[in-house]
Amino acid sequence: MADGAPVIEARELGKRFGEREALRGVSFGAAPGELLAVIGPNGAGKTTLLSILAGILEPDSGTVSVPGALGWVPQTAGLYRRLTVAENLRLFARLERVEDLDAAVERMIEQTGLGERRDDLVGTLSGGNQQRVNIAIGLLARPAVLLLDEPSTGLDPRQRERLWEFVLGLAGAGTTVIYSTHHLLEAERYGDRLLVLADGERVFEGTAEQLHAAVPAADARDFEAAFVSFLRERGH
Amino acid sequence: MRWLLLKDLQILRRSPLIVGLLIAYPVALGLLIGFALSTDNSKPRVAFLNEVDPSEQFQIGTGEGEIDRDQARDELCSRVECVDASSREEAAQMVEDGEVIAALILPEDLLDKLRSLASLNPEQPVVEVLVNQDDPVKASLVDDRIQALITEANLILAQQISDQAATYLDLLITGGNFSLPLLGEIDILGLDRAAEILRAVDDELPADSPARDSLRQVTRFAQLAGDNLDLALPLLGAISQPIEVDKQVIAGNTAELDDFAIAVAVTVTLMFVTVLLVAGSLALEREENAFARVTRGLVGPGGLLAEKVALGVVASVAVTLLLLVALTALVSIDWGRLPLILLAILGGGAAFAAFGAAIGGSAREVRASSLLAFMVSLPIAFLSLVPSGTVSPGVFDVIEVVRALFPFDPALDAMQGALDAAGPDIWLPLVHLAAIVAAYGLLARLALRRFAG
Repeated sequence: MADGAPVIEARELGKRFGEREALRGVSFGAAPGELLAVIGPNGAGKTTLLSILAGILEPDSGTVSVPGALGWVPQTAGLYRRLTVAENLRLFARLERVEDLDAAVERMIEQTGLGERRDDLVGTLSGGNQQRVNIAIGLLARPAVLLLDEPSTGLDPRQRERLWEFVLGLAGAGTTVIYSTHHLLEAERYGDRLLVLADGERVFEGTAEQLHAAVPAADARDFEAAFVSFLRERGH
Repeated sequence: MRWLLLKDLQILRRSPLIVGLLIAYPVALGLLIGFALSTDNSKPRVAFLNEVDPSEQFQIGTGEGEIDRDQARDELCSRVECVDASSREEAAQMVEDGEVIAALILPEDLLDKLRSLASLNPEQPVVEVLVNQDDPVKASLVDDRIQALITEANLILAQQISDQAATYLDLLITGGNFSLPLLGEIDILGLDRAAEILRAVDDELPADSPARDSLRQVTRFAQLAGDNLDLALPLLGAISQPIEVDKQVIAGNTAELDDFAIAVAVTVTLMFVTVLLVAGSLALEREENAFARVTRGLVGPGGLLAEKVALGVVASVAVTLLLLVALTALVSIDWGRLPLILLAILGGGAAFAAFGAAIGGSAREVRASSLLAFMVSLPIAFLSLVPSGTVSPGVFDVIEVVRALFPFDPALDAMQGALDAAGPDIWLPLVHLAAIVAAYGLLARLALRRFAG
């Protein structure tokens, strides 16, 4: 777990889509090297929050401050399937104006483990491998903050393990990682802190242990049961 | 932005079907249109059956104006492409099969009836025309062409008849030699000479001769007749064509029909290739989920739009030049006007690209954008080709407003002006196209606001 002043801070974020309020008064901060897991039921506002942090969506209210570079890995891979792995990395490296383009591309190819498939069209890769390229693009600029929207979607267990080894290494090197996930085990195991959203509101911010302690012992058989009980008690 | 453009060109290169269509379509279209333009299709094919006896001749007067069977054929077939038929049945079959648009049959009694026009029992000569009216457009064309043909034949005959009549009149007035069958050459006195002779006789008569008064009456008649019949000569010349047509062009241009057809072909190609390519390419950004990633960086939605317009312009220049090169093999194109042609392509390409971007941004899916592009572009192109005078003024005003809102009309005008020195001015359409680029660029930019959602 990392300490220190927040490297990314959000205050009273609000976002509405027509009649539906996707986010309402959400505030939080994350320190350098911290792994912050954003969890919640479907429609809680997780992707909306990450999209606002990434600059894809403009909030209707509130502010976000990110002093340094910010990398973003969308939930659905944002790739050009008729370009090769290397071409995708090179294109986005150019768009991000990464210094030493070739080194950055080679670094990402190595980290994704797709060296042998660097010249294959992305559209021919499996879903898991496409996700690896997707994540690699988000890391090209060596961001101070990395946003991962459900990064383990489509990955098999071995790939998931490799992914989290990689992410933990980034956090250890000082990158702040904010990730959303439906896999509560990932949140509990890897997250330094949890940010729980429900119906657009922040309902909890703290460690997994603190969430466990917030529910009756009878409902806290495991983290998932504790999480469900926690939400139910608060009417979500 | 150039990296995004290179990326799109790279993707195109890896889409062999799209590239094939982009190359094959304009070449095929160019060859088709060029072939159609290069063949002499101004003469319709007409089956021709001449049942007149080969030995017969129709003489107008003393033999100077003669029409025989071959002359009749030559005169009629100078205006249509005659396909000789050996029988009425064969001619009818050709019409039924669509091999010819009509059959023209000169009956065997044609010359007899032409001769009868100068007799006391005139009979009107009739030529038979067989037509196939399964197609109302073709039927109208046939009617117009055959009617024009017969009218011209009548004019020729009338001119020859009036020329011969003028010869007779001149002979009557001035006298001369006249040749008649079986009788040979005879000397015609003529009214002028008759008047001279009568005056000479009058001079030799005694002053108190009772015949002098009568003789002077005859002399005066001969003189008056000769003077006044002289005036009838120009009138005879006008009988064959009493009304002349003085056509003056007060609006529009006098561009050749071929150049207009080329301009239409080029503009249609430009429209379809550019609009479809840009609309699909922009929608693809969303389908690939790359739009948000690309525009959150340093490019931005405006930069992405500019890149798509550039892509459209690059494709339009390449495809249109390819089409013109294909056309050059079959029709004449003034390549000395290449700078203007390029300018017209650039203006039209940019406008169609902006239009395509607005469609792609609105549809958000590749298939939907392709469908929308076709549904909007095709009717607009048709409307742009509707000539004034063929619909009511109110309807045409509406059509003109609709035309002005879309790139096809100004792009066509610019292309016409570029291809043909006698075509419309190129600069005003280019200004119009620039305004269209701005308008549709703005619409596309507004559409992109909800693109990532």
